[in-house]
Amino acid sequence: MRIGLDVGSTTIKCVVLDDDNQIVYQSYERHFSQITEKMAELLHKIQAEVLNGAPAYLSVSGSAGMGIAQTCDLPFIQEVYATRVAMGKLIPDADVIIELGGEDAKILFLTGGTEVRMNGSCAGGTGAFIDQMATLLHLSLEEMNELAAQHEKIYTIASRCGVFAKSDVQPLLNQGARKSDISASIFAAVANQTIAGLAQGRPIRGKVIYLGGPLTFLSELRQSFDTALKVQGVCPENSLYYVAMGAAFSSENAVDLGTALTNIEAYCGKSNFLSIPSLFRDEQEYREFQERHQSCRAKRGEISQYNGKAYLGVDAGSTTVKAVVLGEDGELLDSIYQSNSGNPVPIIREYLMNLYRQYPNLTICSSAVTGYGEELLKNAFNLDYGIVETMAHFTAAKYFMPNVDFVIDIGGQDMKCFKIRNGAVDNIFLNEACSSGCGSFLQTFANTLGYDIADFARKGLFAKRPVDLGSRCTVFMNSSVKQAQKDGATTEDISAGLSVSVVKNAIYKVIRAASAEELGTNIVVQGGTFLNDAVLRVFEKELGVNVIRPDISGLMGAFGAALYAKSRAKGTSTLLPYEELRDFTHEVKVATCGLCSNHCRLTINNFGGNRRFIGGNRCEKPVTRQQGGPALDMYTYKLDLLQSYRPVPGPRGKIGIPMGLNFYELLPFWHSFWTSLGFEVIPSPLSTRSLYLNGQHTIPSDTVCFPAKLMHGHIEALLRQGIDTIFYPCMSYNIDEGLGDNHYNCPVVAYYPEVLSANVEELKQKTFIHDYVGIHRKRDFPIKMHQILNQYFSGISLHEVQKAAKAAYEEYDKYFAQVHKEGERIIEEAERLHKPIIVLSGRPYHLDPEINHGINKLITSLGAAVISEDVISNRVEKFRTGVLNQWTYHSRLYAAAKYIGTRADMNLVQLVSFGCGVDAITTDEVREILEAEGKIYTQIKIDEITNLGAVKIRLRSLFAALEQ
Amino acid sequence: MAELKRDKTGRILFTKEMKQEYTILCPQMAEIHFSLIINVFRNCGYNMVLLKNDGPNVVHEGLKYVHNDTCYPALLVIGQFMDALKSGKYDLDRTALIITQTGGGCRASNYIHLLRKALRRAGMENIPVISLNLSGLESNPGFSLTLPMLRRLVAGLVYGDLLMLLDNQVKPYELKKGESAALVQKWIAELTSQFSRNEGYSLKQQKGNLEKIAAEFAAIPVHRVPKIRVGIVGEIFVKYSSLGNNQLEQFLAEQDCEVNVPGLLNFMLFKVDNRMEDIKLYGGSSVKFRVVKAMMDYLMKMQELLIAAVKTQPCFEAPLNYPHTKALVKDVIGYGNKMGEGWLLTAEMLELVECGFENIVCTQPFGCLPNHICGKGMIRRIKEIDDRANIVPIDYDPSATRVNQENRIKLMLAVARESLKQRTEKQATTA
Repeated sequence: MRIGLDVGSTTIKCVVLDDDNQIVYQSYERHFSQITEKMAELLHKIQAEVLNGAPAYLSVSGSAGMGIAQTCDLPFIQEVYATRVAMGKLIPDADVIIELGGEDAKILFLTGGTEVRMNGSCAGGTGAFIDQMATLLHLSLEEMNELAAQHEKIYTIASRCGVFAKSDVQPLLNQGARKSDISASIFAAVANQTIAGLAQGRPIRGKVIYLGGPLTFLSELRQSFDTALKVQGVCPENSLYYVAMGAAFSSENAVDLGTALTNIEAYCGKSNFLSIPSLFRDEQEYREFQERHQSCRAKRGEISQYNGKAYLGVDAGSTTVKAVVLGEDGELLDSIYQSNSGNPVPIIREYLMNLYRQYPNLTICSSAVTGYGEELLKNAFNLDYGIVETMAHFTAAKYFMPNVDFVIDIGGQDMKCFKIRNGAVDNIFLNEACSSGCGSFLQTFANTLGYDIADFARKGLFAKRPVDLGSRCTVFMNSSVKQAQKDGATTEDISAGLSVSVVKNAIYKVIRAASAEELGTNIVVQGGTFLNDAVLRVFEKELGVNVIRPDISGLMGAFGAALYAKSRAKGTSTLLPYEELRDFTHEVKVATCGLCSNHCRLTINNFGGNRRFIGGNRCEKPVTRQQGGPALDMYTYKLDLLQSYRPVPGPRGKIGIPMGLNFYELLPFWHSFWTSLGFEVIPSPLSTRSLYLNGQHTIPSDTVCFPAKLMHGHIEALLRQGIDTIFYPCMSYNIDEGLGDNHYNCPVVAYYPEVLSANVEELKQKTFIHDYVGIHRKRDFPIKMHQILNQYFSGISLHEVQKAAKAAYEEYDKYFAQVHKEGERIIEEAERLHKPIIVLSGRPYHLDPEINHGINKLITSLGAAVISEDVISNRVEKFRTGVLNQWTYHSRLYAAAKYIGTRADMNLVQLVSFGCGVDAITTDEVREILEAEGKIYTQIKIDEITNLGAVKIRLRSLFAALEQ
Repeated sequence: MAELKRDKTGRILFTKEMKQEYTILCPQMAEIHFSLIINVFRNCGYNMVLLKNDGPNVVHEGLKYVHNDTCYPALLVIGQFMDALKSGKYDLDRTALIITQTGGGCRASNYIHLLRKALRRAGMENIPVISLNLSGLESNPGFSLTLPMLRRLVAGLVYGDLLMLLDNQVKPYELKKGESAALVQKWIAELTSQFSRNEGYSLKQQKGNLEKIAAEFAAIPVHRVPKIRVGIVGEIFVKYSSLGNNQLEQFLAEQDCEVNVPGLLNFMLFKVDNRMEDIKLYGGSSVKFRVVKAMMDYLMKMQELLIAAVKTQPCFEAPLNYPHTKALVKDVIGYGNKMGEGWLLTAEMLELVECGFENIVCTQPFGCLPNHICGKGMIRRIKEIDDRANIVPIDYDPSATRVNQENRIKLMLAVARESLKQRTEKQATTA
């Protein structure tokens, strides 16, 4: 008999085949990372119950099987390969296999050239991801599947990695979106991610087979794949066991069971993992530590004896909701801290009703709310004030340490840190969507290993050899943890190691500090995650300073909100009275706003009375239903200006231009160039979500930036319009504006046409002009361009090209002249109206509303004027930067930052596309330039999908800081 | 003690006095090559030390001082410097650093600035950093690349390429394990000693040495059986540096593969050639063109020397010359694609497939910009040209785990093993 073991990241699958290749035994169970123990247990059971003394041979496969096989000296067969072996025997006519596992996603093309694809190292959209989402929704997988079947609407959710999706899902929950719609959206996201990430241009058609746990158990997930692929896929019998069967089938050099068991049992963790010193030397040291921290306590009052004015503060966080009631002297009368179960509204309603009922002597005179659910709750219950989170936390921190100069708050999902300078919030760091190693991260791991978070954290305190896990994001951490377990790390070591990684992530990745001095000397830490002593200890050790952790660390946001409410109390509160709370209703509707091209997915919450709250909107249009006065918005102006370059019919035919990347600046140039030559220039339409999705199947590298990925959609759009000639030149160099040491484009902007040419099949039948063009050499350009054109067209003379080039350069200058003129008008107008000016900077292609997600409108709705960096970059002389200043677009950033230093009314907000390698360099430099001028630096990371909630916090904090 | 001097931008200069007093630390990349070229600098009066420190603290220091989204090579190189500087082994008042700077449009041109930032943050801003480049980017009174030095460096690279090439061809088949590696070491020592006597550089001596090396490798007793042949290409640092690629070569050797890592000479040729291509594509000075062409011709002559030496031993497979490699990507990717490894990366993959190394690991730092284009972006096209190509792209960064990387490589190897088996069986039946 032959045994095949498939040891995956979360489960062990096992089959035993008899000599006729029939399955005589199969099992599927979670291993909770106790892999060797489980394997030994399983094999003993098989030996005793199945084999009856018959000889058996064993092979191992699976992602976690590799390490085990190596250390236990067992034969290993790569799992994708095993699947192929099994498929060849069982379903020989299959064309494509799609297999999702715990952490892996795979596509195998079997016919027409065998190919196997596996997700890269940064890819969610797998079983673990669905698990995480289910946890977030407080649903079991079965419930999620059932709910998904009833969906009405699909939201766009990023499934690149769990952390990303969380920041999409949480706001949806907070806005009151239905769980059925969210569940279906998550499945759709997984399907899209798998197809986009793995198909890479190869069409998936024919007989498609679904394998692996998620696709076996979740019928709705299969449905999502069917919909996305437009096929009817099959999930065969034993779909969970193909890898295990493949291992059994191919057990050519398998070992006999006896040897295998001896090897497995002989293996015990070799403890060869990297470790760091223990957190505490001994119990004594821990006690001293506890005592020191217990001394920082908030004043308490007895609510049942309290009579008089009280102040309510609510903090509706991403995963928890907190509320406090303060008395006249700021004493804490009552508080709650609980999971928001996806909807904070009923929790707060319940809490308030209880307060009214139980303590009639209490009069709430003022109330304030902060956090993700701020607007929802404020509208639901008529709270008096809304306050941005950073301000709430600063207010609370000041109460405990009046001279505080640094506050760090690590909550469930987000991390907020800020410096205080001259009594005002100065520099704000929020975790980027891709690196939130926060509270929920520890929680998820605790759950995976079968502990509750408190017990899990306690285990780490006295770990002998905490594992060094590095400081990257959750997805990577999963595999590091598994590796450590395999190497013999105990749960204690892992717990401590995870705490260390949370802290390192905060210090080195979010704050980017090299030493404690950079942070300040008076540090207040707060947020639920710091209630964890291990995290606190590591933080102090890593920075080498003692910090203050108030005993209400988890309540600081609510506490700050209450203090704020108290300071602004007007006598009576607008808060709903008991009767209205009793009759409170909450209905949620979803709709798509049609008032502009952003097409925001709106969640409309009706609370009875005339109170309602609309979530998901970027601007105020759907709320006020008014177009408002003309906003001072350079982004809108530029976009309109570019849109004014319409096709002009010409005798030489049509030239399609994909509207993305550098065309966002060079369209005027190329439009006049081709028009002058007698071609009709057809730009592709403005980006939309569906335009993107139409092109995503040809993207070969899923970690390239979103603006580049969009180009596939634009090419597709041109092809669908029947355009036969598309022009998209490669350009190593951009025009030299004299601001830097060189004038390159970044490698992606420079060469993306090559990727399109190599990966978009249909382009082969068209004329795709993507030659290397140098517009930086004005005199050589017409000559070189003439040679290029002659490869594609006949009868274009050098003279014509020279004329066209002249027109092109003139139009380019004219475009910039118009931009500068409008920029000056906006600046003057803002000065006249005393409006703050935000220099929303990035790249020309950040104009694309699908890329900037309407952040420009969000800023104008907050009352500021928006200009772009190129409006002011010509106002400074070339100066020396701390880095090699060699990219044209980036030189403008440095120059704009420098100029802003001279203006009290200007501030810079930098848009950074996720995956932009160049911006790893520019962001630090721009920050340094601004900080040297005493300015605040604000960075916003944007991707395919962006959580505008976090963006709003950042912007509001900036404005709050500016007001002070 | 040497006085600290700055240029007008405030950069600390490496002065002539420093040349006498200072130790210059050089980061590790390609082990064989760097062991050789370090001697060239020493013989020219620079007290240069090749860093060999690795381990987790290198990564840790890198994470601490370099923006974590910056490419992995920057993080490792700077981490290695910081780890060394903090080790206590070097007198910080008498230590300088050297780092290459390509001046291309990729992030790598900024490593030197990131290194200076790191030094500033660590309070070591008085340590001079020397830029090693051919673009005239930063000059130092105490450091200059003279023409004779350049020729010697090129000679070092040629020896390095040959030793690496032959070692890779012999090691998997040698009867006595370790013989080939020992021979590499022997020749590093031998060449070091020749260099110190100012020997081994002339054309004649080079030719003699190269042929002798080939002969000695050919003399190692081997047993040749069909093995999986794997090529390694990619971003230059993670391609060569075992610290960067998690000991990829060693892993492949353990999997019983014959490895082929294309040499450094082609990369040099490519970088020089780019200057000519720029002029061809966009226009420019014909004088500059001629100067660059002379350099190009010299390097090509060196390559021919190497190829000729390999060909003296019929048991070895000689690499193809640069013009051939370049011709492979005509109509595949443009010659203007020059940032990072540019078209050369695509060309090397095609060359490997052509030479029977159709199984390829394409290494790149996570988020490497040029490789989105010329690496991952071209795999599809390469398969269209030759469907034997079996390429796996692997990303490297501080937290990409080895398990994940090795699992993907093993998948590539499983497919490779299958086709090897089919081929061997086919040969057996036809024979």
